[in-house]
Order: sequence, then C-alpha cells, then structure tokens
Amino acid sequence: MRLLIGSLFALAVAALVGLGATYLALTGNVAFSSLTIGAWTAWPKMGTVDADPYARATIARTGQLPIALGDGVPFTAQADDQGKLLDGRCDVVISGVTPAARFWTVSLYGPNGDLVANSVNRYGFTSQEIVRHADGSFEIAVAPRANPGNWLPTGGVERYTLLLRFYDTAVGVSTKAGREVPMPAVNTRSCP
Amino acid sequence: MIRWLLLFLGGALLGGVVHLFTVIILPRTATQDAYARLERVAAVNTVTTLPLPTPESATMPFMDPAFASAVCRYDLSQGPLKIIVPVSLAYTSISFYTRYDVAYYAINDRAAGPPRHRARFDDDPSSITTCRKKKTSPLPIG
Repeated sequence: MRLLIGSLFALAVAALVGLGATYLALTGNVAFSSLTIGAWTAWPKMGTVDADPYARATIARTGQLPIALGDGVPFTAQADDQGKLLDGRCDVVISGVTPAARFWTVSLYGPNGDLVANSVNRYGFTSQEIVRHADGSFEIAVAPRANPGNWLPTGGVERYTLLLRFYDTAVGVSTKAGREVPMPAVNTRSCP
Repeated sequence: MIRWLLLFLGGALLGGVVHLFTVIILPRTATQDAYARLERVAAVNTVTTLPLPTPESATMPFMDPAFASAVCRYDLSQGPLKIIVPVSLAYTSISFYTRYDVAYYAINDRAAGPPRHRARFDDDPSSITTCRKKKTSPLPIG
C-alpha cells in the first residue's frame, strides 16, 4: 500500500513538473540563440532547419509560419527601451534608423497574433510609405489617438506586440551585437 | 520523511523526461499548427491565394499585413516541382516549409534573377510540404 501511494505521488510530481515546465517554456517565449538589440528580440534560427525543439514546439503551438531566414528576419518588441510593457493607451514613439534591408515592415499585433482593429484600418507601415526626416531617420507614433506624421493606431488595447520585419537583409545568424545593427529606439512618451 | 523526499526527487527527475518528451512530440500532435490551418483552405499541388489578414479573421497568426501571400501544399511523390513566378518591382519571395512548418529554403526575386524565378526541388519525393509566395501590395494610406 505504501509502495502504491509512493509511486502515485512520484508520478503525480513527474506529470506536474514535466507538463508545467513545457507549458511555461512554450508560453514564455523560451528559445535558444536569441538576438536582443535594445527593445527588439529576434530568433534568426527559428526560420532555418537548425531551429531548436523549443522553437519548433512554439511554432506548432502558435500556428504561425515562421519567416525563412533567406527571406527575412522578424524582430519583436513587447516592452520599450526602459523595460516598460507596451501599453495601447500610451503614446509610444519608435524613432531612429534601421539596419540595411531592401524592404521592411512594422506591424502591431494583439496578444494572440491577430491584428488590432482601428478606425483607419491601418495595421502597420512599410519602408516604402513611411515619412522620413532629411537625414533618413524616421519617427512612428504608436498611439490610441491620431498623431501628425506616421501614426500607427493601437485601438486602445492594453497589451500589444510590435513586429519589425526586415526582408532581404544581412542581419541574421552571424549578427552578434547592436553596434553593427542600428535598431530604432522605442520610448513611451506619455501615459494617461 | 526521507522516503517522501526521495520520491519527490525521483518524480522531479521523471518530470524532466516528461518535459523533454512533450516538447519534442508537440509538433507532431499539434492540431492547430500552420499546416492544419492551411490544409483547410489549400488543395494539394495548387496555388491558393490567402486573404489579407484582418482583425476579424486571419489564416494564421502574425501574418504580415503588407504582403499578399499564396500557399501551395505540394506532394513530390508524383514528380519534381517547378514554380514559375512573374516578378514585378515589388519585393517577392518564395519560402519552402516542411510538413512541420520548419522553413528550409527561401529565395527572393533579386536572388533568383531575371527574367523569371526558377526553383526546382527533387528532394525527398514522399514528403508533402508547404510553400509560400509573398508579394508586396501597398497598404491603404489614410
């Protein structure tokens, strides 16, 4: 009887620890060889056959089709440069320059990877339509209310994720640090 | 007391094995992965244009709204695959994925060169995989 209870206890612990760790790993964006520059994080190997088992499981769980490395590299931001989580009720400014790429896009997603509804049906910007300063830098206002210049509406949602995708770029597996890759800064300007 | 501690440690170790096993087996058991989503809308060996993602409906999460995408689930058991894509000034690329949504090859219009893309695959003839064509389309500006 003691043996039975003991085995059941051990198996219960195993199930709890194992499944709990799997759940935490897949919901917490755990994947090896991430590349973080400022507020932006990329997993370049996620788009290759070298993707680790955690990356593969994350891809399968979310149902997304990762961008192949030969196509482009996506960078995500869930917090600003100060580490404050992006809030759709605040005015957030993305400013600066991007690494060299033939084409890039920035888009805004809700927690489950769906686009956020807004009054002007704008879900992102591309490098071709963005308004730049004379020196080539740009500024995008991510805000719930209309802003002059490049305005990316948040629809007033509480949490969102920004995805900055570079297509046909040299940024990739061999990229090590932020010095060679200038990424735009993300700053929360004002919060109601 | 020692006995319960040992049982707990044994359980935790076994939990590590369970964790690794579930992570590795998950892509093979997922019912809502990208392939399953595309299986509903795309027939085998035909190119299907996906609708642009909207807040209400999107074929897959995290689709780039600036791109028009088309998919082709292909089966190489009947012969090799040849894809010809007309190019325009807009950025265009083709990505190849395995059945379990791992990207294994991609080529864009500039790398493929004029006048047309020519990508030919004669690898494992029994695999069914997913390919994706992307093409830029201007976003509505308002």
